[in-house]
This record gives sequence, structure tokens and C-alpha cells, in this order.
Amino acid sequence: MTLFPKIHQELPSQTAGPYVHIGCTPQMAGLETIYGGSHLGSKMVNENTLGIRISISGKIFDGTGTPIKDGIIELWQADAQGLFHSPAENRGKSDLNFQGWGRQPTDILTGEFHFDTIKPGRIPYLSSNKLQAPFISIWVAARGINLGLHTRMYFPEEVEANAEDPVLNRLEHQNRVHTLIAKPLEDGMYQFDIVLQGENETVFFDI
Amino acid sequence: MTNKPPSSGGFFPRNFQIHPPAYTPDYKSSVARSPKLALVSIGNGISEIAGPVFGHEELGPTDNDLIQNYSAKGQSPIGERIIVYGRLMDERGKGIEGALIEIWQANSAGRYRHTKDKYIGPLDPNFGGCGRTITGEDGQYEFRTIKPGPYPWPNGINDWRPSHIHFSLFGPGFSQRLITQMYFEGDPLIKICPIVNTIPDKEAIGLLIARLDMANTIPMDTLAYEFNLVLRGCRSTMFENRPEGN
Ligand SMILES: [Fe+2]
Repeated sequence: MTLFPKIHQELPSQTAGPYVHIGCTPQMAGLETIYGGSHLGSKMVNENTLGIRISISGKIFDGTGTPIKDGIIELWQADAQGLFHSPAENRGKSDLNFQGWGRQPTDILTGEFHFDTIKPGRIPYLSSNKLQAPFISIWVAARGINLGLHTRMYFPEEVEANAEDPVLNRLEHQNRVHTLIAKPLEDGMYQFDIVLQGENETVFFDI
Repeated sequence: MTNKPPSSGGFFPRNFQIHPPAYTPDYKSSVARSPKLALVSIGNGISEIAGPVFGHEELGPTDNDLIQNYSAKGQSPIGERIIVYGRLMDERGKGIEGALIEIWQANSAGRYRHTKDKYIGPLDPNFGGCGRTITGEDGQYEFRTIKPGPYPWPNGINDWRPSHIHFSLFGPGFSQRLITQMYFEGDPLIKICPIVNTIPDKEAIGLLIARLDMANTIPMDTLAYEFNLVLRGCRSTMFENRPEGN
């Protein structure tokens, strides 16, 4: 018996359109003063946040290789211990100085996005005890994207953990795994480009 | 604490019959921005079941009032004054309390306050065009705004968007994340809009059309539209520890 059956239908998605910055990162649209001058998710860490500081930059490319300048990108991740700041987290108490969520626009002139965050701890795979390699969940919305796209960023230095990761291992096309692994720049800095279409198309997930 | 715990191990799978496919050539922007390869389906673990929590204290008192949140003192934007209200719920009908809803829209002339919008319709000095709120008990939400105007856009030679408000929605789980648009009952532009028509299920388009609600208007002041918001639901389990739907 289903105690609480599905009785409604999720709303159909519609594109975020060219002006998603107005609603989600209004300062990038030219609304400098609204919402106290900064958007939600603009700052992920404070001085008391636990963990190794990292930064992530990149661009989102369309099928012609052109960077998208009118999109938003969101990160969702565990804290340094691998715990989420969410009521759904029942494995322990997460870092109170880390919400685990960030949002940035792709720059209106260059298309670049940038986040300052911490490296997440490892979390279990589904309801098993098996640990996944550390990763950050990513969601992308923009004009021309009809349904927001979920992907993940993994870390290049985690060679062993990545090789054993249950999600990376289940990809049918192992030659696409590299699209989910960031490129190391200097100390603690990573580049993670997202390719929407064509050669090196990023792996996107149905979650 | 604002979000209630998700009550189960995962969400109902997405019904891709009602969502637009990635590639919809009549909406030209989708052509170069649509992944060609299949989405890889993975189950819901804690990273998908959990999601960000937002506090009421992060928002300002007029954030959900677009008539006031950008206007000069004592002035208001030009246009049809409306209330848009409803309930955020999941597919089981459970209200979602403590969730962030963000909206953005054109002004009554169909012009967005955005450095890239060069439409001839004039900017309104008293209208910014964005709002946000956190849902109350049982998922209730409300915005006050002006009705956005339709506008032409570069797609076909003569394509016009129906009046619409963009909605960005969060549920308790990150896999519920959704952006969509709200349309207005009776608008003749809805059925000829290439973006509306990316939705393959014509009946599902009706879920995005707000209903004029004369019972909740403010007489001599403001019209009201009801727009209920549905996000993916959790599968129920034997282990739910509280009565639901109350
Ligand atoms: Fe729009």
C-alpha cells in the first residue's frame, strides 16, 4: 500500500531565459542596491569554516565553443567532514559555519564563474557504507537550457578514490569520466569548464 | 530551522513526458545549448535528498513586494497591480514550508531592468523586477507586483512572449531544484509562444497558467492570481515519524 501516493505533477520546467541574473544574481544585471547589495549564495565560507580552502573557476561552453554569459551556476556540497547542512542529514552535526550552497553568475562580459569554498569530505554512496570520492554537485541554468542541468565536479588529486568511485565507475563511456574532473591550477585552485554539447560534452545526471 | 526533513529515501523519478526535451529547434537558443548525449541516471543519496536551508532573517521585509522594493518613497510602478499567491507543495500534496522562492519579470511595458535588454518599451524608475520569499506554514507564499507586459524577442521574425513571471524554486532536496515560468489565464499569446510550446504535453502547460481569483482581490486596489507550485515528491516509507498532510 502506498500511504502517500503521488497525486500532483511536478510543474513543467521552462528556460531561465536571458535575464536569470535579475532574479538570482541581481547585481550582475545592474541592480546594484537591491537585496542589501549581494545575492544569496555569494559567499560560501567565513573565517571559522573548517576545511581546506579551494577556489573553482570556469566557463560554460555551448556547442559552438562560445562561453555562455547569461547563465547561473550553483554548487551544493558536504562540509569538510562529509556532512550536509540540512535537516535530512542524520549522520552527525555539520559545520555551522558552512551552508554548503553557493551560486554565481557566469560573467556578463567574459562568461567566467568563480567560487571560493572548501574541499568537501567523502560521503557514502546511496544507502551503502561505500564511500564516494569527494565531489561537488553542480546545477546550471541559462537561456536555451530547457531543464536545469545537474553535474558533478571531482578532484584531480584523488586518483585512487576516483578510480574506485561507484558513480564514475558506472558511466558507460569511461572516456567521458575526464569531463567530471577539475583541472588543477596553482595551490588550491581548480578550473572546471562545462561543455553543454559536442566534443567533450560534460556528463549530466538525472538525479 | 526552516526546512522540515524529507521523509524518505528518495524522490519520485522525474516525468520526462511533461518537461521540454533539451533540443527544441523552434526555440532557437536551445539548439547549441542542448546536450546531445543521454543524461546518466543515478539514484538519490544524501547529496540529492538534502538541499540548502534558507532563513527568514536572510530576507528583507519588502523582498516579496515588487511594488515597493525598488520604488522611490511614496511612488509606485506603473501597471496593473496584482497579487500572485499560492502554495508550494510536493507531488504528494504535502506543503513545503521554509523554502526559497525567487521571481523576476519585465515591467508593465515588457522591459526588463537588465543591462542587456534594449527593447523600446521604457524602463520604469520605480520597478526593479525581482522578488523573493520563504514559504510559510503549509507552503503558502505571496508576492505583490504589477502585471508584466508581453514583449517581442529575437527568435522568429515576429515572436512575442506572453506576459510571464519567472519562478526559481527550491525544495528540501537539491534534486527538486526547478526554474519555470508563470503565465496568465486568458492570454492569447500563450498558445503561439515557442518557449511555452517546448513543453510536449499540452495539458501540462495548463499547470503554468495562473488563475484569476476575484475572491482574493483587494477591491478598488489589486487583482489576485492563484498559482500553485509543485515540486517532485518523496517516496513514502514505513518510517515516517509524523502525521503528514496536516
Ligand atoms: Fe522573460
